[in-house]
Amino acid sequence: MSTITSPVDNGVNVEALLGAREVLTGMPEAAQFTWRATCEWVNGTHSRSRVEGFFGLGEEQKHRTVFTYDADHPEIFASEDHGATPVELVLAGLASCLTAGVASVAQNRDIQLNSVVATLEGGMDIQGILGIDPDVRNGFSGIKVTYDIDADATPDEIRAVVAQSQKRSAVYDVITNPTNVTVEVN
Amino acid sequence: MRTTTVVLGAGHAGLAMSRCLTDRSIDHVVLERGEVANTWKTERWDSLRLLTPNWQSRLPGYAYQGDDPDGYRTMPETIAFLERYAGLISAPVQTRTTVTSVRRAHDGYEVETDRGTWRCQAVAIATGACNIPTVPAIAEMLPDRIDTLTPLEYRNPDQLADGEVLVVGAASTGAQIAEEIHRSGRSVTLAVGEHIRVPRVYRGRDIKWWMDAVGVLDESYEEVDNLVRARNVPSLQLVGSDDRRDLDLNRLTDIGVRLVGRLAGIQNTKVQFSGSLPNQCAMSDLKMNRLLDRIDEWATENSLNGDVDPPHRFEPTRVEASPPLDMDLGGIRTILWATGFRPDYSWLDVPVLDRKGRVRHDGGVVEAPGMYLLGMPFLRRRKSSLIDGAADDARYLSNHLSSFLDRAISRPGPAVRTA
Repeated sequence: MSTITSPVDNGVNVEALLGAREVLTGMPEAAQFTWRATCEWVNGTHSRSRVEGFFGLGEEQKHRTVFTYDADHPEIFASEDHGATPVELVLAGLASCLTAGVASVAQNRDIQLNSVVATLEGGMDIQGILGIDPDVRNGFSGIKVTYDIDADATPDEIRAVVAQSQKRSAVYDVITNPTNVTVEVN
Repeated sequence: MRTTTVVLGAGHAGLAMSRCLTDRSIDHVVLERGEVANTWKTERWDSLRLLTPNWQSRLPGYAYQGDDPDGYRTMPETIAFLERYAGLISAPVQTRTTVTSVRRAHDGYEVETDRGTWRCQAVAIATGACNIPTVPAIAEMLPDRIDTLTPLEYRNPDQLADGEVLVVGAASTGAQIAEEIHRSGRSVTLAVGEHIRVPRVYRGRDIKWWMDAVGVLDESYEEVDNLVRARNVPSLQLVGSDDRRDLDLNRLTDIGVRLVGRLAGIQNTKVQFSGSLPNQCAMSDLKMNRLLDRIDEWATENSLNGDVDPPHRFEPTRVEASPPLDMDLGGIRTILWATGFRPDYSWLDVPVLDRKGRVRHDGGVVEAPGMYLLGMPFLRRRKSSLIDGAADDARYLSNHLSSFLDRAISRPGPAVRTA
């Protein structure tokens, strides 16, 4: 497909991404990123997380602004519901990561997206977190993502874009594979 | 000892290069640590047969003439075939010669072996892509009571203790060995990462026939989108058998092999699997269907539809709703690592390796002048990983090598620049 005759624009600067890949291929140290968040307890189960700085391309970087995220639990948990539950934030993170991937992969494959909607469901048996049954895990028993995509492409081409997005997704990897977590107290 | 060119390895690639050098009257020797076709003799399991049909193993000046062109060579047949070829082309093979070092010398290279040192102007590396099994680092966390083995050590199921077997990796090797071990009466779990599903036979013809005819195997390294990826694609899920059966995951599920996701970790008493199995299978099905679409288009364009069976599609890979994400180590008796291979360049003392230990080359022309690489996946074409790919690669590279020698002769001073 010729880029001259297909003004596909999903708002993703694929040239910049491909350029970055080329540059970083020869400089693995610049590809080492550290993502950060801080979280402060507010009251009850309500807390507020902030993200601003991160490290990458060999130096400290900053978002354009500070982003904050309130998390809490709903009233049926005897909480005040000041924000999404942390597990809902995880679903949002997965959805955003996959959807960013869908846009990027589609752009790279010259596929114009018209609309993309992801619907996520994470099943959970809360006997785990409540300590009722030690055989039940705390986390999701499974996550189901359903995409409704309107794009100028065949159904199989759309499926291939969604599959490739999973293959390159950081959050999908974080959720589907174990990660060592160390928690220290200062 | 002195020669013009030293070829390292007397497998199909080294022999093809030898034949091409002989055709060009370039003086050379083929150094082989064991015997001709050594890896086929010593590093393959008993039941293995080539994945390519007999007609397809074409070497320079040599093609199949038997009465079973669509059959698949057993290991003894593969060995006999390569030995016959070595004899036919009078390849100057020096067997039982282990190369301990290749380094630059002022006029080319010095190849040190356990049977003397060779000086030469050019070196062709044909030592193979599968010298060392790649085993994940977490293997070290396994308890001692679990037996582990690699495909280079595996011969047949009789080697294994009774009990459950975890086969890690579902490319050709893992799928074949999982099937065979399951048939021996042991319970088998197969950890599935990225894999390439293809049918053995499509529309009445071998999939390798289609790939050859359509031109898939001839695709050049210069035209492929992502060469790093193309060179790392797992082997096709195929087996060479008399019944020409498929070896996809549905077949393994049907006989009772349990599918789980890619091996992801070991924690406490459990081995953990990735939750990515549905996507790995979906990607593989989509990829297979793209290949079949391409085949169908080609068949139509070439008016072949009357000669072959009608187009059809295969059942998507069945994945259970919630594949297990872990498994008790206590239940596992043996783990087989079918997690790929890498070449061994421990003897190569010329700075041509990248940070991941791969030889830097442009279609087999190595950065160091007069050094060439053969017999690697997608070296110059998709078929470079096949026996059938060695002919084109050896022809091109021997031509390049010949020009290099001509230039070296016409240039005053040292033939080869030193770094």
